[in-house]
Amino acid sequence: MASNPMYQFNVYRIGPEIKLGSVDISFTNASLFMVISSLAILIIFNLGAKKKTLIPDKLQLLSELSYSFVAKMISDTAGSKAKPYFSFIFSLFMFVLFCNMFGMIPYAFTVTSHIIVTFVLAAFIFVGVTIIGFMKHGLGYLKLFVPSGVPIVLLPLIVVIEIISYLSRPISLSVRLFANMMAGHTMMKVFGGFVISLGIIGGWLPLSFSVALTGLEILVAFLQAYVFAILTCIYLNDALNLHH
Amino acid sequence: MLKKIVILLFVTCFACLDIVFAAESGGMPQLNPEFWISQIFWLIITFGILFFVLTKVILPKISDNLETRKSQILENIETADKQKEESQKKIDEYEKIILDSKLKAKSYFNEAREKILVDINKKKVALEKDLDEEISEVEKELSDLKNKSGEKINKIAAETSAELIQELIGENVNSSSIAAIVEEQTRINKETKDV
Repeated sequence: MASNPMYQFNVYRIGPEIKLGSVDISFTNASLFMVISSLAILIIFNLGAKKKTLIPDKLQLLSELSYSFVAKMISDTAGSKAKPYFSFIFSLFMFVLFCNMFGMIPYAFTVTSHIIVTFVLAAFIFVGVTIIGFMKHGLGYLKLFVPSGVPIVLLPLIVVIEIISYLSRPISLSVRLFANMMAGHTMMKVFGGFVISLGIIGGWLPLSFSVALTGLEILVAFLQAYVFAILTCIYLNDALNLHH
Repeated sequence: MLKKIVILLFVTCFACLDIVFAAESGGMPQLNPEFWISQIFWLIITFGILFFVLTKVILPKISDNLETRKSQILENIETADKQKEESQKKIDEYEKIILDSKLKAKSYFNEAREKILVDINKKKVALEKDLDEEISEVEKELSDLKNKSGEKINKIAAETSAELIQELIGENVNSSSIAAIVEEQTRINKETKDV
């Protein structure tokens, strides 16, 4: 069973079954890794924020660099109006990044390889951005679907396309992250299985592949977290500034 | 050997692909809705706590740190600039003092020099005056002496010639006539000397 490359994505209960009414909200391995990621973020950044020295130590430098990295990302893509949403985007980026990175530890569970998790995040962002857009611009937010400078003949088609692309945002956002993580981990598992089944003679090729893939996956883990955060910024930019 | 390995690889690859397809047919655990609600629930809790703590506690601290560092660095740069200006001012003052003292020293030197020169001149003039006086005195004495010596010589010459004449001819000659002769002689001598 363990040689099944999809086995790593199985969710299983840890501890007793918890029921809220008729709904099962048991603590699972997915929950465990969510808790671990959040705790790791909190511990690292709390340690980094604790000391107030003029010359930062390593943890402080790490947290301050992450802070300015995310701040720059937001101000570059969404402008200065997006400042109130900084802490949300920072938490989102760090949460996705740490979940991805913890997934890279062997035998660990990757929270973000589950469509339901990424979809909830993406749907929350989608709903939030839409609410912000309507709050800022009222019905004028619908102008987002009507790009300026388009011939009137093409307009109905363009509007339909724009609406579809807008509505597909949560799906594309969630599927991008989920599919990347799942595919990467499946590939690594498959190549790892090849190493075992080919043995000492033929196992070197898939092993070297596995090593290369690990590096690639770490890159993808960072990149997908970055993409997730920056797409959130772009959606936020649409809602705040409304120039299409 | 290489061929064998490649063939072996392919065969095992296909064997493994079987396993993969078997897994696919087993379905993805992600699409199993058994724990969806649990995942959503725990996601909301963990992310909510993370978001809350980051927003309320940690991020303000970090931004505070960054701000204080920025302002401190700016302050330090400002004070450094101020100190630089001050030191520049002090250097200017110092140079001014040195220049002043140099000028003063020069003026002192010049004053002293002029004083000394004046002194020297005064003394020189006095000395020259003294010398002139002495020289004129001596000259006067000399001329006196000269004048007197002519008369004396004439007198002596007259006396000696009178004595000589007495010795030679044994009679007294009028002394005035002798003196006249001597005078005439000296006059002739003088004339020949002058010529």
